[in-house]
Amino acid sequence: MAHAHDSSQERPAILDKVRPAELPRAKLILNDRSFHWITDKVCAIVEEPTPTWWKVLFVAALFIASFTFLGMAYLVSTGTGTWGLRSPVGWGWAIVNFVFWVGIGHAGTLISAILCLLRQKWRTSINRAAEAMTIFAVMCAGLFPLFHVGRVWFAWWLFPIPNQNGIWPQFRSPLEWDVFAVSTYFTVSTLFWYMGMIPDLGAIRDRAKTWWRKAFYSLLAMGWRGGNRQWSNFEMAYLLLAGLSTPLVLSVHTIVSFDFAVSNVPGWHTTIFPPYFVAGAIFSGFAMVLTLMLPLRAIYRLHDVINQYHIDNMCKIILATGSMVGYAYATEFFIAAYSGNAYEKFAFINRAFGQYYWAYWIMVSCNVITPQLFWFKKVRENHSLVWIICLFVNVGMWFERFVITVTSLANDYLPSSWGYYSPTIVDIFTFFGTFGFFSVLFLLFIRFLPLLPMAELKIVSPQADPHAH
Amino acid sequence: MNERNERIHGVACTFRRPSDVFHAAERVRDAGWKCWDVHTPFPIHGMDQAMGLPRSPIPRLTLLGGVTGFLTGCLLTWYMNSYDYPLIVGGKPYWSVIFPFPILYECTILFAAFGTFFGQFIFNRLPHHHHPLFDLPQFSRVSDDTFMIVLEARDTNFHLDESRNFLLSLGGQEITVIRD
Repeated sequence: MAHAHDSSQERPAILDKVRPAELPRAKLILNDRSFHWITDKVCAIVEEPTPTWWKVLFVAALFIASFTFLGMAYLVSTGTGTWGLRSPVGWGWAIVNFVFWVGIGHAGTLISAILCLLRQKWRTSINRAAEAMTIFAVMCAGLFPLFHVGRVWFAWWLFPIPNQNGIWPQFRSPLEWDVFAVSTYFTVSTLFWYMGMIPDLGAIRDRAKTWWRKAFYSLLAMGWRGGNRQWSNFEMAYLLLAGLSTPLVLSVHTIVSFDFAVSNVPGWHTTIFPPYFVAGAIFSGFAMVLTLMLPLRAIYRLHDVINQYHIDNMCKIILATGSMVGYAYATEFFIAAYSGNAYEKFAFINRAFGQYYWAYWIMVSCNVITPQLFWFKKVRENHSLVWIICLFVNVGMWFERFVITVTSLANDYLPSSWGYYSPTIVDIFTFFGTFGFFSVLFLLFIRFLPLLPMAELKIVSPQADPHAH
Repeated sequence: MNERNERIHGVACTFRRPSDVFHAAERVRDAGWKCWDVHTPFPIHGMDQAMGLPRSPIPRLTLLGGVTGFLTGCLLTWYMNSYDYPLIVGGKPYWSVIFPFPILYECTILFAAFGTFFGQFIFNRLPHHHHPLFDLPQFSRVSDDTFMIVLEARDTNFHLDESRNFLLSLGGQEITVIRD
């Protein structure tokens, strides 16, 4: 929502001479919808009586979420032996799921922060839902390291609080960096999300009919009045938070990748990890945004505000980041061959042709091959196909983390200490349940908070220009 | 200010289009008003200049937060790993700015974000749940598609009838007196 200096007055003389062709800009809001239409459309989602599909999905999501609860309860009451972890694979699904969920979160911040700095106006239609997705995904992610510590009642040892022996955390450990990175990420994303929502909460408050609705949204809107003196500070704060979230989001997955890259395990100890992880995170996150937004667009008939242009852009980002991920896979192989290190070479040959070859080829086909379909306009316009490709990307990115984590640990230096890891039913339940947990939170968000940023949508509509006549 | 205005908060006037309110705001600014505001459903491009507002002071708090965060990170890691319970790891120095850099980086961003977020609330004087404007029926449409200029009674230019006429001359539609 940042302001640019108005350049319309100082038109360079060269433009009159060369007379450049006027290229029409893609319309962000179709059918010339009015401000009131936007308000009505978005507020109606929270104002209408609870739809049946919502109730059904909510109960289903609660049921699925109970799997995580049961899995965690069984784990805590019995011990981490109930997970499939044993020497040599001490990191299994828990870390895979953690990286998977944190990665999904990254697209939300990319949309809300990086695309804001780059003045990509199309971001406005999807940024609120994507930010909500970020926050809920980070909540799902946080569960895994929390319970992976084994004795979860000692999890506070991770925080800068002395334990009973007066010992503090050790700040040379990338796992400790992770604690700071992920908790900062969660906090800043939540602040950014909430602050961006205040004007829209004010709009819902102003339309509220019942007293409890008025009270609820008044409390959340903090008495926002939409005065330009408030907007001026708001926009500055929004821009600054976008500027702060940009290095933050890049640092979070960088530090997540340090969990691997700082160790000496073949296949992990590489400098390509930070950019490779960040590209993968954005890739998986955009796939998740589309997985969520395409059904919502159909259910709430948001075709005018989330149009083909938005979907095209997201598909193209998936294509670009998917290709970067594919390039990173190739680079890893090249560097392993070039390093002359027998263990490093073996780690990669083992990934592709060893005991986990199936996981590797699922990863490659889902992450490198399927997104290439987005080169074709016909594919991008077929929304069911887009949705299916996005599911493939989600699956592929989960397998990427599985391949990285497990293949390197299962077959490292000494063949005498090799092993084969497989998850137990407790692992599977716990992970399956997080989709329910995520859905519960996301459904509550759809029902009670503004799904699309109304104020920002109004800014990008053509009638918002004060110089238009 | 005369006694008549004691219980009056100001005068409000609505506009239908962003360009109308934009040009009206320029004229209010040129008439030398200080205590007034333009209420809009979304930030109008260039309105800060049209109102003659200075740059928002929030970046100062962001900087303050960032510096505090960096120093907090330094203090935290130095005190914990080097002073209170020195840890020998790999024969390296107890503390340097390098090894805990991710911690310092995250603390800088966290505190800068706090400065920005709370700065927005401080400079916007929020939360503020009771404001005379909320009693105005027209005000509920300001978050939808109506634009409103409010001239406040505490401004030295304020005189009920003159200010009303002034707003009329700006092309405003509904003119209402806001009572405290």
